[in-house]
Amino acid sequence: MSSAVDILRNYSGRKLRIMEVCGTHTHEIFRLGIRSLLSENIELVSGPGCPVCVTPPGFIDSAIELATRHKAIITTFGDLIRVPGSNSSLAGVRKDGAVVKAVYSPLDALDIARSNPDQEVVFLAVGFETTTPSACIAVKKAREENLKNFSILTANKTMPQAYKALQGSADAFLYPGHVHAIIGTGLCEDLTREGVSGVVAGFTAELLVKALSMIVEMSQSGVPFFANAYSSIVKSQGNLAAQKLIADMMQPCDCVWRGLGEIKQSGMALKDEFAGFDAVKKFKLVPGEGRTNPGCRCGEVLRGNCKPCDCPLFGKVCDPLHPVGACMVSGEGACSAFYQYAR
Amino acid sequence: MEEFITLSHGAGGRQTADLIGNIFKKHFANKDFTPDDAAVLDLESKKIAFSTDGFIVSPWQFAGGNIGKLSICGTVNDLACMGAKPKYLTCAMVIEEGFKVTDLEAIAASMAATAAEAGVNIVAGDTKVAGKGQVDGIFITTTGVGEIMDGVRTSGALAQVGDAVIVTGDVGRHGCTILLERDEFGIEADVTSDCAPLNQTVEALLLESKDIHVIRDATRGGVGTVLYEICDQSQVGIKLNSEAIPVDDAVKGVCGMLGLEPLYLACEGRLVIFAPQSVAGKLLEVLHRMPYSQNAAIIGEVTSEIGKVIVEHSFGGKTILPQPTGELLPRIC
Repeated sequence: MSSAVDILRNYSGRKLRIMEVCGTHTHEIFRLGIRSLLSENIELVSGPGCPVCVTPPGFIDSAIELATRHKAIITTFGDLIRVPGSNSSLAGVRKDGAVVKAVYSPLDALDIARSNPDQEVVFLAVGFETTTPSACIAVKKAREENLKNFSILTANKTMPQAYKALQGSADAFLYPGHVHAIIGTGLCEDLTREGVSGVVAGFTAELLVKALSMIVEMSQSGVPFFANAYSSIVKSQGNLAAQKLIADMMQPCDCVWRGLGEIKQSGMALKDEFAGFDAVKKFKLVPGEGRTNPGCRCGEVLRGNCKPCDCPLFGKVCDPLHPVGACMVSGEGACSAFYQYAR
Repeated sequence: MEEFITLSHGAGGRQTADLIGNIFKKHFANKDFTPDDAAVLDLESKKIAFSTDGFIVSPWQFAGGNIGKLSICGTVNDLACMGAKPKYLTCAMVIEEGFKVTDLEAIAASMAATAAEAGVNIVAGDTKVAGKGQVDGIFITTTGVGEIMDGVRTSGALAQVGDAVIVTGDVGRHGCTILLERDEFGIEADVTSDCAPLNQTVEALLLESKDIHVIRDATRGGVGTVLYEICDQSQVGIKLNSEAIPVDDAVKGVCGMLGLEPLYLACEGRLVIFAPQSVAGKLLEVLHRMPYSQNAAIIGEVTSEIGKVIVEHSFGGKTILPQPTGELLPRIC
């Protein structure tokens, strides 16, 4: 490990910009103090890999409509509760009596549906390839049990098109280990042929330092590169069972990312045969784009174009207790991490 | 005796007298326990420590203790942190109508056992019953008096640059226990609250050396919150050795799954001690001999970087300890 640390400390080549795609990487790199090891010629920028951060305000608006107009019990991962929609957040409507429950897994949402048979229960399915399978399992079980009061509001996203949209924002990607544990590494190899470089990283200090030092070393050749520095978990073919589950139940759709706009075929929605479990179809919702605070620069932060501290709202009107943008809400968001560790 | 507490148990009449007689007098019996309006007591020392604490923990019983034990430990530990020998406690209870009498007796028995272990007498009390739904089960407030030991002066404002920072055991167990008891996350792990009376630990430390600058019990907000409080009060900074901070494996696992920082989970039987390096080793030996501090450790040292708590990792990484925002877990104690 010490030689990898030395590589990061002593690097004196051309300025290197590395994008950590995954929100957990952003957070762990801060928490472990890895930034303190980097030579000034290495710059880390945070990418769009926190599912909460890339969830557009229109999605929150739809969830609020379900909670208020349709009186549904909203179940969600906790971070989403405080994300601002166009006019309010789920926390805001909860104060006024809407029922919003934080759950740790979509299967907990299913339990809530079972024990409240007279009420509609909607799970807010956000996340990348890592969390999509668990939402699929919940729907599959609901269908097996003929549970009529359960549905999911999907904002599931996939990485491949996002990488393409981000091409050019960094010299190399620190690829998210958990996502590639599901989808495998074929995509990364394809991207190398398109000139995109990166290394798949795990989540401990040792694995992160190793992956970063590999990026530094491999970028010296000037040729696009790919390596898997998390091979104990990430296999080239990925998790075939999870891939099959997603392929059986979901289909790609166009999807709006906060900050990146609409990316064609970058989202996942339930196939028509599961329409009864798709909250948009079940409740005839018309999802809009929603509005964000015009001063908020989360979008540019997510593309790596600006640092959280460059945003005029950062630390002034936007802080973890009063978040204006989604990147300040989630513990994995770049603004939240900067606020906690780097102010 | 009835099976459940009713509003008439709090009305001051016969049923109140029965409740006091059958439960509180029975368990708390000591020579100072008063039937009068106030206890009349002797104190030897001219200098006393005096403190109060309210307890609303949910659920009221948990692995390693219950609200009764917690209510004694909380006040006893607050007094001990000021270098006092706790002597007398009072307790005020607000009980929800419909609370089981056997549960109340279990709580009183725990209070009595913990007070006996700590060597304090419960000398006066008050019992109120609130209607169904007006409180959740039972709320307890304890107030205590202790005598300051000769030659001792501890305060959060006395930490000095260079002091060793000692924690008397693994961190975050109480908070983790409560979190698991509530079963909101479907996680099962074998974790027990660290809830314990620490006055004898403090006495043993002060017997070894009176040159201790700060003793603070880490409760709500955990050890991390204490560190920032001391930085603020003493106008110093702290650097922590990440690998030296004792954390139980199960607590580490739960925190990893939920994205929590063990340093910010509540403790109920852990002290954070600031003392000169010259005595730190001896204090650690004493702590390792005492029952509730066998994995005590020196976790860091006081620096001159005012207001900053820095975490250093052995591989070289270095960062500030972020301060928590919002309510991590309501009704933890």
